[in-house]
Amino acid sequence: MSTDSRVELTVGFMPLLDCALLVVAHEVGIARQQGLSLRLVRETSWANIRDRLAVGHFDAAHMLAPMVIAQNLGAGLFDTPLLAPVALGTGGNAITVSRELWKAMRDSGAMIGAEPLVQARALADVIARRNAAGQSALTLAMVFPFSCHNYQLRDWLQSAGIDPDRDVRLVVLPPPLLVDALRSGQVDGFCVGEPWNSLAVDAGFGVIPVVCSDLWPRPPEKVLGMRAQLAEENAETVAALIRCIQAASLWAADAGNHQDLAKLLSQPRYVGAPARLLHSALVGEIRVDAQEPPIRRPEFICFGPDDIVHDERHARFLLDHMRRAGQVPAIPASSSK
Amino acid sequence: MQDSALRVLIVDQNLLRAAILEDGLREAGYRDLIVVRDMQNLLRRILDEEPDVILIDLENPNRDVLEQMFQVSRVVRKPVAMFVDRSDRGSIAAAIDAGVGAYVVDGLRKERVQAIVETTISRFTAFEKLRTELQETRQQLADRKTVDRAKGIIMKQRGVGEEEAYELLRKTAMASNLRISQVAQSVITAAELLK
Repeated sequence: MSTDSRVELTVGFMPLLDCALLVVAHEVGIARQQGLSLRLVRETSWANIRDRLAVGHFDAAHMLAPMVIAQNLGAGLFDTPLLAPVALGTGGNAITVSRELWKAMRDSGAMIGAEPLVQARALADVIARRNAAGQSALTLAMVFPFSCHNYQLRDWLQSAGIDPDRDVRLVVLPPPLLVDALRSGQVDGFCVGEPWNSLAVDAGFGVIPVVCSDLWPRPPEKVLGMRAQLAEENAETVAALIRCIQAASLWAADAGNHQDLAKLLSQPRYVGAPARLLHSALVGEIRVDAQEPPIRRPEFICFGPDDIVHDERHARFLLDHMRRAGQVPAIPASSSK
Repeated sequence: MQDSALRVLIVDQNLLRAAILEDGLREAGYRDLIVVRDMQNLLRRILDEEPDVILIDLENPNRDVLEQMFQVSRVVRKPVAMFVDRSDRGSIAAAIDAGVGAYVVDGLRKERVQAIVETTISRFTAFEKLRTELQETRQQLADRKTVDRAKGIIMKQRGVGEEEAYELLRKTAMASNLRISQVAQSVITAAELLK
């Protein structure tokens, strides 16, 4: 192999704040230093990401952590084992509700910035009142069945005794449709990553009762997925890719780079959202209601070196949630725990 | 056709492509076709229509909505499997290459949907070709306008005929390894600067 030829990798991503490390690796010249050339391809659905990775259109991809586990359990389109050599950060999700639902929750004790349990109990109270009045069940959306968004929403509901499968309607909607669905009353709330919560708040018709870092501190979120076979046959490239993400993580975690990162990601070919909203999320100044000052959650979304390392407990934790959501059969207790 | 009874639901926001696909399936003998353009309440619509096969273009973010159907089989009367036979990598890969996702009701045999999938792939590929050709034609038209404008500028400035003006553009393009339209654009830009 000639020394000057760079290994070209096609990497799929979704236009979300947490594609940051891939964009940094590409734009800040980190990939080049590691002998890689990244071709970043923006996708429109998680299902496309998964399938295009499996058929070889992509060498690697920005994926929801539970998707990789689901694929390996046979819940994908292809029987193609995947591997996630490195994670792409932690956290970044929030739950947004319509202003109308928020008003009802506030009447039941919800408060801006209150802990998730207080907000969940208020929601439970709203649901009880709606049931008593013979009103229809609330509709809550998330972005993919195998996602932390789904499990975070379910955990939050269950904390106040709300049954996610009976007391509300849980639906999947793609992020670009969520804000409109909230405005038109098609959904009453959703759990999604940035910039979509902030966009709903900024537009004035969404309020964020829960930032998910209050629910699960530094939760697993996105990972870099690869076909296991490709990864095993190209150990050198995988190592370079991991070094790449490590270097990108140091850059992205440096507060001095947050303005630049927000600007970079705001471009239409990446996230295509206002840089000021992306920046607020990066620094953890979350505006949860357009009429109130922002709340501070420094660990809302994290890209530091600790946030890209896999933790076996994360996998177990996700698997447990998949089982509780009825997506996979019960797992026998492992002796290696 | 023994399988004309299969109900096929097409989810595509591109009206032209949906029409091309609908035509193709009709020609192949499928009569029970539903085209969904309204993306609101897609899941509800699918549950109400109870299709045997669902086709969706891969540019459509609503594809993730369909993924939920495999998880909430309690809601769906007829659970839908991703594809007829997961071992049939070839045709799934071909569909994804063509830009379409196919979902099939669980229990439907592979042979019964093979023709639908094949028609879909060929129609999607034909549409893609049409789209590329349209883009090329548009580009050619735009290029011709640019060259015409540049020719006019040269004829006026240098007092030469049309043929000579074109020859000048062509020679310059060859000498500088550019396309004629690129040289023409430079002429226009320069003329505007010197106005």
